[in-house]
Amino acid sequence: MDTNPEIINSVRPLLPVAVTFASPFLIRVMAGDENRREALSFVMASITFLTVITMAPAILEGHIYSFTLFTILPGIRVGFCADGLSMVFALISSFLWILTTSYNIGYMRTLREHAQTRYYVCFSVAIFGAQGVSFAGNVFTLYLFYEIITLFTYPLVAHYQNREAFEAGRKYLVYLLGTSKLFFLPAMILTYVLCGTLDFRLGDIHKGIFPVTANPVLVISVYVLYLAGLTKTAMMPLHGWLPSAMVAPTPVSGLLHAVAVVKAGAFSVCRIMLSCFGLDSLDRLGLGTPTVYVAGFTIIAAALIALTKDDLKARIAYSTVSHLSYIVMGVAMLSQGGVEGGISAIAHDAFPKITLFFAAGCIIVVTGSRKISMMNGLGRRMPWTFGAFALATLSFIGLAPASGFLSKFYLITGAADAKQTIPMVVILLSVLLNMAYFGPIVIRGFFLPPRDRVEMGQYAEAPMTMVVPMFMIALLSILIGFYPQTFVDFVDAYGRFW
Amino acid sequence: MTAHFPVITVLILFPAVGCVGLFFIKRSPMVRWYTLGVSLGELILGLPLAGFRPDTPCFQFVECVNWVPGWGLEYFVGIDGISLLMVGLTLIVLPLCVLCSWSCVDRRVREFHCSILLLCSLCVGVFSALDLILFFLFWEALLIPAYLIIGVWGGADRHRASLKFILYTLAGSALLLVAVIAFRIEGGTFSIPELMKQDFPPALQLWTFLVMALAFAVKTPMFPFHGWLPAAYSEAPVAGSVVLSAVLAKMGAYGFLRLCLPLTPLASHLFAPMMIALSIASVLYGGLMAFGRSDIKKIIAYSSLAHMGFVTLGIFLLSMRGLQGALFQMVSHGITTGALFVLAGLLHERSHSYQIGQNLGLGRYVPAFMGLWGFMAFAGFAFPGTGNFVGEFLVLVGAFERSVWVGATLVPGAVLAAAYMLRPTQRMAWGEPSRARGWKGLNVREWISLLPLLFLILYLGLAPAFVFRVMNPTLNRLVAVSEGIRPDAMTTTIPEPTLLFEKGGGVGVMEREGR
Repeated sequence: MDTNPEIINSVRPLLPVAVTFASPFLIRVMAGDENRREALSFVMASITFLTVITMAPAILEGHIYSFTLFTILPGIRVGFCADGLSMVFALISSFLWILTTSYNIGYMRTLREHAQTRYYVCFSVAIFGAQGVSFAGNVFTLYLFYEIITLFTYPLVAHYQNREAFEAGRKYLVYLLGTSKLFFLPAMILTYVLCGTLDFRLGDIHKGIFPVTANPVLVISVYVLYLAGLTKTAMMPLHGWLPSAMVAPTPVSGLLHAVAVVKAGAFSVCRIMLSCFGLDSLDRLGLGTPTVYVAGFTIIAAALIALTKDDLKARIAYSTVSHLSYIVMGVAMLSQGGVEGGISAIAHDAFPKITLFFAAGCIIVVTGSRKISMMNGLGRRMPWTFGAFALATLSFIGLAPASGFLSKFYLITGAADAKQTIPMVVILLSVLLNMAYFGPIVIRGFFLPPRDRVEMGQYAEAPMTMVVPMFMIALLSILIGFYPQTFVDFVDAYGRFW
Repeated sequence: MTAHFPVITVLILFPAVGCVGLFFIKRSPMVRWYTLGVSLGELILGLPLAGFRPDTPCFQFVECVNWVPGWGLEYFVGIDGISLLMVGLTLIVLPLCVLCSWSCVDRRVREFHCSILLLCSLCVGVFSALDLILFFLFWEALLIPAYLIIGVWGGADRHRASLKFILYTLAGSALLLVAVIAFRIEGGTFSIPELMKQDFPPALQLWTFLVMALAFAVKTPMFPFHGWLPAAYSEAPVAGSVVLSAVLAKMGAYGFLRLCLPLTPLASHLFAPMMIALSIASVLYGGLMAFGRSDIKKIIAYSSLAHMGFVTLGIFLLSMRGLQGALFQMVSHGITTGALFVLAGLLHERSHSYQIGQNLGLGRYVPAFMGLWGFMAFAGFAFPGTGNFVGEFLVLVGAFERSVWVGATLVPGAVLAAAYMLRPTQRMAWGEPSRARGWKGLNVREWISLLPLLFLILYLGLAPAFVFRVMNPTLNRLVAVSEGIRPDAMTTTIPEPTLLFEKGGGVGVMEREGR
């Protein structure tokens, strides 16, 4: 295997970031004409995806694109890189943005939501942030875009501008901004103090940037600070913001809180662990196993809480908390299979997760209710929605060949590689719990008699602009299982030097 | 030998001479246009400073004239990397002061603009004086226009605020003169560059440091010498708040850099832990107080206390990174806080109140204003990509390099900054009930005054290399001097003294010949 990845100085990783940077301004200009504004969202989303996917062939060959936009201080720059890890997250967030735009239109128009331009502007800024996080070439750039995501998703969380929304927004900022200032910032500063640079080590996931001579206690402290500062990962006990943020409109919960925001957190943890610390340092300092335990605890505990929730979005939110820790646990196993499983879970879990949120959105638009106990028989009135929900559920309980199966398969393989029993037990238990908290929703929808037949008779499917993208994503979550290497190839290109 | 353009003298005199012209103009609009013209003229006259050579730590654009030979007094001015940035900041802030007072000062307009111009003259004087007595004269003289601005054109409680301001600052600087005389007796000269070459006895260093530090700590201000700050900043007219926070507050920090570190290095090291502790207290106390306020100007005022805490901390870390961060923070904070005060003033023009509760729901009715406020608030809590981030980051790096505990104690200050800036921003953007329906959006003058600041903040945040190039040689020398290495011994960094009026480039002397 080639051991010398070619780092190409190219503007290409900047392009998706630049396109998404321009889109909020253009959307604002088009504020007066909603058709043009929404068409523009489509166009920008598509261009972003194109700029990302055209990098794929070179990345798969093992090349890395790198570009410096501004140099701020020696070792600190606004710089971008595109490698296998970037591609996994960037492809997912940009592709799902296209489908979410269609869903957005249906949702916002049907519910005649207020402040739609602000909504679209903030939405596209959040995607800009997600692209920036994907292609960040160093910790500073990662921090910059991480903060942009936090600040510009706040208006989306507080969109309804009522007491509940403001309270959720306050919690959101306290958790995300507070921890990033309290932990992420000092972690970044200590990294700079210890290493003299914030640049990621590209093309080698073993060595990291911390010198071997660095004080181990300090390095371990920095690692803990990073994990605590990257709260978007929603690892327990810093997960409280995520269920509260579900007060946001459903497309926000869908794309942002199932993909762009939370996965930006999980992605950042992966990036910091692999490109900043490196597998060797993590192994030498014994940081892998404790991380596996914390992530494993989160997976099980969040799933147990999900079981108790009657609010559909809350249940999905806790399942998100649980599933996000798959990613961290996988990488923390420090084995090839674990890293493959963890990183590819960013993509593999995104499709079924967003399907669940979109299905929840369709149900809310039609019934105005989020209570699972009131959904008896609803599946017969909304077969496409509940069908999609069922497909996503199958994926999460790991039915082959659905994408959820792939992530679990790779993670179990990784645990076996690393000769670790606990992750295997956690994943198997999690599968059972997934079945326990998602299965009854499908059963209620399709097989239980409705509580109020008259009321149920009024319901029909949500608008096609919502149902079609939702069902497409549900199908994709199954189809992707037929091409199990799609995302794993990127991971292998990233960490090809085992 | 050719005489170079006496740019510093011109910059000191031009606004003061401009004041004379004001007395021939009767109509208020003309007064404003005229003062704006003078302030822009001052900015243009500062263009020769672009010839500053950033590769040397020495004083440039030096002008020296014997003033009272019997007493050894000289009119001796010049700038190095530190002064250049401060003079530049003053020149930028002057037109901003004129523009932001355009429609809110409607009585004694001539006198007001006269005070602003005089203040600018004196500020340039303080930042470029190389003679201790001259420095002291400028330092004390600028209290007069500052006092008038607060006391005559301030808010309802202006008399108490101006009195507090003058008492605090006079008390602080009264002893400064004693230190100045002590340096003359011990060093035989008032010349700052000459004094920098001398080693003073430890006992003298200790008490002169304390005396000077008191004066500078009051001016900065530092906790617990900040008592005048909330009243002065909030009662002053907008232009007064801008100039107080953006320029006058920097004089205290400038004093530490210009006098304390080079003249009393031993004492600076000795008292550094105390100064660091006071700086951290300023950051945390300022942050907590700002968080608890509902008056927008008071929030900005206390945030200045916190930000200046970062500055003084950076200075007394006595390391290159700390000093870089401190100086950078002085510049970027000057611009950011100036912009925030201008925005607060614009809000007051519309709502006639600085209370957050009277300025709710602006996002819907005046979105451009809210966008600009949001940007400046982000800059105010050191969002990455803005100038404040670079300054604070470097100070934090310096703090962590000195001790993990110093750095860790400072981090809550960064969290507080986000809290006290975002809380009013959130309420102003979405709070209800809103009175902003029908308010006018930003007009051309307001855009013109704010957009350059926005670009400057971004420039400082994303491409700060130029600023570092200017400041680094001077700070390198300062670090060396503060470690007891005298300029004479640093032959590698300080060129041989050259002639006073050197040929070429419009750049004057760097280091004077033996005196």
